[in-house]
Amino acid sequence: MRGITTSIVKLLSLTLLMLSILSASLAAMAGQAQFDAYEARLSKAKFDEKAQIIQSWMSEDRAEALSLIQLMLDSQLYYQKKELQLYRVEDASRGATAVRLSDGAEVQIESKRDFKRVSINNNLRGTFGGWLATAALTDPDPEARREAALELIDAPSEAVVAQVRELSQTETDSSVLAAFDIVLAVADLYSEEQGKPAAAIATLSGTLEPAALAALTQFTASATDKALLAQANKAIDKINDEASFYAGVETVYFGLSLGSVLVLAGIGLAITFGVMGVINMAHGELIMIGAYTTYVVQLLMPNHIEYSLFVAIPAAFVVSGLVGIGIERGVIRFLYGRPLETLLATFGISLVLQQAVRSIFSPLNRSVETPSWMSGSIEINPVLALTESRLYIIFFCLFVFFALSMIMKRTRLGLQVRAVSQNRAMARAMGVRSEWVDAMTFGLGSGVAGVAGVALSQLTNVGPNLGQAYIIDSFMVVVFGGVGNLWGTLVAGLSLGLANKVMEPWAGAVLAKILVLVFIILFIQKRPRGLFPQRGRAAEG
Amino acid sequence: MFLLNILKNDRGGRWLISALVALIIAVPLLNSLPSDSALHLPTYSIAILGKYLTLALLAVAVDLVWGYLGILTLGHAAFFALGGYAMGMYLMRQIGDRGVYGNPELPDFMVFLNWQELPWFWSGFDNFGFAMLMVVLVPGVLAFVFGALAFRSRVSGVYLSIITQALTFALMLAFYRNEMGFGGNNGLTDFKDILGFSLSKDATKVGLFIASAIALIVGYLISRAVTESRAGRACVAVRDAESRARFMGYHVENIKLWIFTLSAMIAGVAGALYVPQVGIINPNEFSPLNSIEVVVWVAVGGRASLYGAVIGALLINYAKSYFTVELPDVWLFALGGLFVLVTLFLPKGVTGLMAKRGAAA
Repeated sequence: MRGITTSIVKLLSLTLLMLSILSASLAAMAGQAQFDAYEARLSKAKFDEKAQIIQSWMSEDRAEALSLIQLMLDSQLYYQKKELQLYRVEDASRGATAVRLSDGAEVQIESKRDFKRVSINNNLRGTFGGWLATAALTDPDPEARREAALELIDAPSEAVVAQVRELSQTETDSSVLAAFDIVLAVADLYSEEQGKPAAAIATLSGTLEPAALAALTQFTASATDKALLAQANKAIDKINDEASFYAGVETVYFGLSLGSVLVLAGIGLAITFGVMGVINMAHGELIMIGAYTTYVVQLLMPNHIEYSLFVAIPAAFVVSGLVGIGIERGVIRFLYGRPLETLLATFGISLVLQQAVRSIFSPLNRSVETPSWMSGSIEINPVLALTESRLYIIFFCLFVFFALSMIMKRTRLGLQVRAVSQNRAMARAMGVRSEWVDAMTFGLGSGVAGVAGVALSQLTNVGPNLGQAYIIDSFMVVVFGGVGNLWGTLVAGLSLGLANKVMEPWAGAVLAKILVLVFIILFIQKRPRGLFPQRGRAAEG
Repeated sequence: MFLLNILKNDRGGRWLISALVALIIAVPLLNSLPSDSALHLPTYSIAILGKYLTLALLAVAVDLVWGYLGILTLGHAAFFALGGYAMGMYLMRQIGDRGVYGNPELPDFMVFLNWQELPWFWSGFDNFGFAMLMVVLVPGVLAFVFGALAFRSRVSGVYLSIITQALTFALMLAFYRNEMGFGGNNGLTDFKDILGFSLSKDATKVGLFIASAIALIVGYLISRAVTESRAGRACVAVRDAESRARFMGYHVENIKLWIFTLSAMIAGVAGALYVPQVGIINPNEFSPLNSIEVVVWVAVGGRASLYGAVIGALLINYAKSYFTVELPDVWLFALGGLFVLVTLFLPKGVTGLMAKRGAAA
């Protein structure tokens, strides 16, 4: 009894399964048949028929019709002349591939005469564009809906406006709703109804969308009502004011990020030059070594680029730090008290390091990848978008700065460093191992230079000349800020970066840089010891 | 008589000048020998030798301020390049309508940039005398203004070095700009002739070589005259104990300023002679590396001896020509190593080494 039941159930379920497969394939066949029918019609259609065909297609399979419209707008929809089948063709030359839309098969184009483009005229282009946009207005993704609405601002047709008005009743996402309001306002500008244009102008004056501004400008060209014209002009001014304000904010942002780069490049030098009084011309090359360390780390972990920076930062600190200690022990310690000779010797070291990198890694630039979490930008409003990598650089710079000032202020090493730099003989008498402190300080400054190299590798090309490009800037920052003063370095770096970017729009990048250099040269004349000079005994000597 | 007086205590200088005079006589003679003769000196070697002599003159200028004044200048190549540009502008004007575009008035690069007329600062450069005046005047004025600012506010030591470097760096960026009107990236080149003599002729090259040798002799004698004079002694006083010299009533600023300006002018002349012999001047001559290299020539030759600077410049430039051709990868290692070794082990340079041996013997 039991056996029979089981076998019946089995049989039934098998039948069901077969049935469902059959029905699915039947449905597919029906869809296929439909596709074939439309396909043949569309291939031969005249311009005015195409819209009709697509429209009826849309009523049956919306997604498919929309994708076809997109292809037509991109001029990628072709049909095979003999079989009247539709293909997607990116390049209609011999030997290129064409993709058959009905089954996705790839075909080689043997002669470009076999294929003909499903062409559209400007009229159709407008109609199709509108359909695409309105279709996107109901997209499940709010971001897509918003963008679709903003696309419509340029030339909203009455039908579209009606649709938007209807959709805005049910829309829940506030950013999409705001975009809908702009579209409606642009349409209302030309409304005959009393008070509507004024309200529309008021709405538009509160937005920064470039298209809204264009609509207002267009309106002022044709408007006849004096009061409305004045109101519109005022709105335009307001929008322009706000836009230039945000342009200013952007400049400041760029300036701060450039300044952060300068601070990062200079802060290691502030330790070696500022605290120890050692001119290290190889500082730029220590930065370069940091950047190359990033490159090597990425080579070693090609599948974990996302995390490579977190490995590269300590690695670069250690590598550059060790090279720095090597330089200090090998050369600089013999030259204390002879700053000009130190300058020459370290310059020689910088040449050797450059050539070493050239011999090991080739003279060409190496590409360091940017992790995906660092790329992209934060859009604040339509005219202001902050690139994330710059933001990270600013935060990283502040982090390094505070870490370094904590080391100098709160740790035993920092205390000893300050003691030795203020009075070497007395520090030694108190039992400070001054030689060890010298090596550690130099290692610290060099390590920070290496960390700066990791940051720079995300911004510029990593090549043997990377260091040279930054050495003069770093010296300027340290000298401008005042030697032996970390805060001075921070303020100097950020303000030089700002000055550079503020001047850039009207002077051009190179001239801005020249002006900054000339300014520093003149500034040094006035205040030879920088913005924040050291006072007291440490200042002498 | 006056010459002998200047060189009274300068055995190295006497040797150097005798050698240069001998070269002035020997080089044209050896060059005129038939080319299959073993002693024949090919013209291209003469051009290279002439180039070395101009660089040696630049080294003398640097030694004057670094050796005797104690100012480590990292921007002297700027004065050299400015002199070179002044000469280059004269040579550009001499091209006339023989340029690629055949414009009788405008140099090729201006035609290329669609400029309609010669910028005002180019006027006068078709006159050789005016151009030569500018060769000394432009670097001189720049050095004077820069020095007046820097020395009056007592910027010294490392800070001065760094701002001289900033100066040459700023000039380099400026000359790279096309809008500056000095040919931008490519600089000035394609020179045809100087004072009517074709630059491609052997005789012109020999002439330029002789001019360089004479310039080096004159530059050397002027520098030596300065160091032997009262002002020269004051210089050394300023170098060794600036505050003390000031307290004794010397106008330290003025001494520094005049020597610095003089040195810049000498550098300008060196640049002006360098350009026709290499056939091009571009913004790269301003690069900070060039200035530092000159300092190394002086350091290798030996500071504060003047002839040491000449020896250093000749030695290192010869080595550079040799290495960059034979072992290009080694050159920077060698140069860099030289910086370190000389500062650590040869504080007085090659001439110091020779003097020590002389004293021991």
